[in-house]
Amino acid sequence: MTQEKIRTATPATRSAADKGSGDAGTRSTRSRRGKVGQETTNWPVMIILFLCALTVLLPLYVTISMSMKTTAQAVDGNAFSLPAPVDFSGFVEAWELTNFPVTFTISVLVTLGTVVGTVLLAALASYAIVRNWEHRLFRWSFFYLLAAMFLPFPVVALPQIQLTGLVGLANPVGVTILHIMFQLSFSILLFTAFLRSIPLELEESARIDGATTWQTFWQLIFPLLAPMSATVAIFAFLASWNDFMMPSLIIAQADQQTIPVVQNIFQTQFSTNYNVSFASYLMAMAPAIIVYLFTQRWVMEGVTQGAVKG
Amino acid sequence: MTIPITPASAAAGDLVSAAEHGQTDHLAGAHTKRGKPKVDGVYYLFLLPTLILFTLFITLPALVGIFYSFTNFIGFGDWQLVGFTNYIAVFSDPAILSSYLFTFGFALVTVIVVNVIAFLLAVALTSRIRLKTPLRAIFVIPMVISGIVIAFVFKYLFSNSLPALGAATGIPWLQESILANESTAWIGIVIVTAWQSIPGALLIYIAGLLSIPGEVYEAADIDGASAWVRLRSVTLPLVAGYVVINVILGFKNFLSAYDVIVGLTNGGPGTSTRSIAMTIFTGFTGGDYAYQMANATLFFIIAILISLLQLRLTRGKAAIS
Repeated sequence: MTQEKIRTATPATRSAADKGSGDAGTRSTRSRRGKVGQETTNWPVMIILFLCALTVLLPLYVTISMSMKTTAQAVDGNAFSLPAPVDFSGFVEAWELTNFPVTFTISVLVTLGTVVGTVLLAALASYAIVRNWEHRLFRWSFFYLLAAMFLPFPVVALPQIQLTGLVGLANPVGVTILHIMFQLSFSILLFTAFLRSIPLELEESARIDGATTWQTFWQLIFPLLAPMSATVAIFAFLASWNDFMMPSLIIAQADQQTIPVVQNIFQTQFSTNYNVSFASYLMAMAPAIIVYLFTQRWVMEGVTQGAVKG
Repeated sequence: MTIPITPASAAAGDLVSAAEHGQTDHLAGAHTKRGKPKVDGVYYLFLLPTLILFTLFITLPALVGIFYSFTNFIGFGDWQLVGFTNYIAVFSDPAILSSYLFTFGFALVTVIVVNVIAFLLAVALTSRIRLKTPLRAIFVIPMVISGIVIAFVFKYLFSNSLPALGAATGIPWLQESILANESTAWIGIVIVTAWQSIPGALLIYIAGLLSIPGEVYEAADIDGASAWVRLRSVTLPLVAGYVVINVILGFKNFLSAYDVIVGLTNGGPGTSTRSIAMTIFTGFTGGDYAYQMANATLFFIIAILISLLQLRLTRGKAAIS
C-alpha cells in the first residue's frame, strides 16, 4: 500500500527535483494556489522558521566565536558573547595538540578511499546486477548486498575488531574498507534504480559499433551515471569523514586516529582551554560544511531520490 | 554510520519495488534470442570483488560472532562451547536490561520528536514563504556535522552556558547541568540527536509534500476545509508512506546510538544513559567477548523484529486512510 503511494509519487517529485532544489517548492505552490490569486507571504510561518533556523545556527555561532576568544575570555561561561579581542592562538594550539597535519591527512585518505571505493565497487556491481537480473547469482547478490542496510554496526563490531586485528588491518586501511562495506547497500540501491531508467537503445548502438561490455561500461554507462555518482560520493564522504564509532574501535594506534576521534583529547586533558577545543572542533567541522555548501543540490536530491526512487 | 538519517533512507521504499521492476527488465536478454542468455564473463569481474569483500568483512564476522556467542571465549585464548548459557545470562543481567530500557525509551522519544518537528518544518518550508532556498540550506547543515563533535559543543552549552545563564537570571532549574542529573541527562541526548537527525527526515517529508498534486488542495478548498482539516485529512494521509520510511529508519538508527552519547555523557551519570551499543563494546575491553556477542545477536534479532512490526502496523494504518 505504502509502496504504491511512493511509486506513484515519483514522477512529480523527480521533475520537481530536476528544476533545482530551491524553486521546486515555489513552483508547485504557485500552481496550487495561483488561481486563487494569493501570492502573499505567510509571515507568521516565516518568523517561526527564522526562530528554528536560529537553533541550527546558534551552536555553530558558539563554536566559531569561542574558537576566536582568548583563553581568559573563554572560561567565563558566557558562550554567546563576541570574542573581544579576537585571538587566533586557540587554532595554533589545537593544530599542535591534535597533530593536525597528520590527523587531517589520515582522515582525508580514509575519506577519499571510501568515496572512490564506494563509487567504483557499487557502480560496477550495480551494472552487472541490472544487466543480468534473470540470473539467480546476480538477483540474489542484490538482496544479499542490500540486507546490510538492516544491519547495525554494533552487531558485527566485536568480530570485526577481532578479524581486522588478525589480518593486520587494525589501521586506517581497515576502517576505509569497512566504511565502503557499510556504504554499499545504499549506493547499490541508488545506482540500480538509476541504471534501470537508462534506455537500452543507447547501449545497443554502442554494441553494434563493436564495443565490449568493459568498454560500454567505462565509455558510456559510467559517464551517464555521473549525477548519481555525485550523490553516492557525497554520502560516502559525509559518513566517512564524520564517523567516530568505527575508527575509535578499529584503529589500534592512537597516533593513526582520524579527526573526529582525536577530539576526545579535550575531554580529558586541556579541558578548560575552551578556545583551543572549540578551535579544534571548528577545524573538524569546516571541511564537511564547505563541501556541503558546494554540493547542496546533490545532498538534497540524494535524500529525496533515496526515499522515492522506485 | 554516523549519518543516521540518510544513507539508509532508500531502504523501505525501494526493496519491494526494485524487485518488481527488475523482473520486467528486458535489457539483460539483449544478447541472445531464446532461453537464458549467456552471461558475459566481464559481468562476473564487475560483481565478484564486491561480493567477496562484502562476504569477508560483513558476513564472515557476523557468522563468527554468532558462533562465539555459544562459547565462553573472552577475546583471546582457549574457549569451549557452552550452548545457550550466555543468552540466559544476558536476560538476567541488570546492566544489559537497563541499557535496553534506556535505548528503547530514548529511540521512541527521539523518533516522535524528530518526525513531528521535521513534518511541521516541511509543511512550513513548502508553504507560501520567501527565502525558501537559503532556509532549506540552513536546516540541512546539522546533517553534515560529525555527531561526536557537535555533541562536545552541546555538552559545553548544557554544562557551562545554560547554568551560567541560570545563575545570571536566577532561574533555579537552569542552574544545574541537565547532563549531571541521572533523571534528565537523556533529555540532552534526545535534543542533540534530534538536532542532527531532523534534516534527513525533513528532506524526505519535503519530497513527499511536493509530490501531492495541487488539485487535491483545490478540491479541499472548494469543500471549505480549514487549514487544520486540510493538514490532517489531506496532507497527512498522502504522505503516510514517507512517515513509514522515516519512522522505521529513524528507529533503527537511534537503537544503535553511540557517537552523540559518548560525546555528551559517555553513558553517565552512573550508567543511566548507557546505550546497547556501548554495552556491546565493553565486550572488547572487558573480556566479555562471547557474552556481549550473545547480547549483540539478541539486539540484531530484536531490531529486525521491530522493523517488521512497524512495517506491518504502519502499513495497516496507511491502508485504512
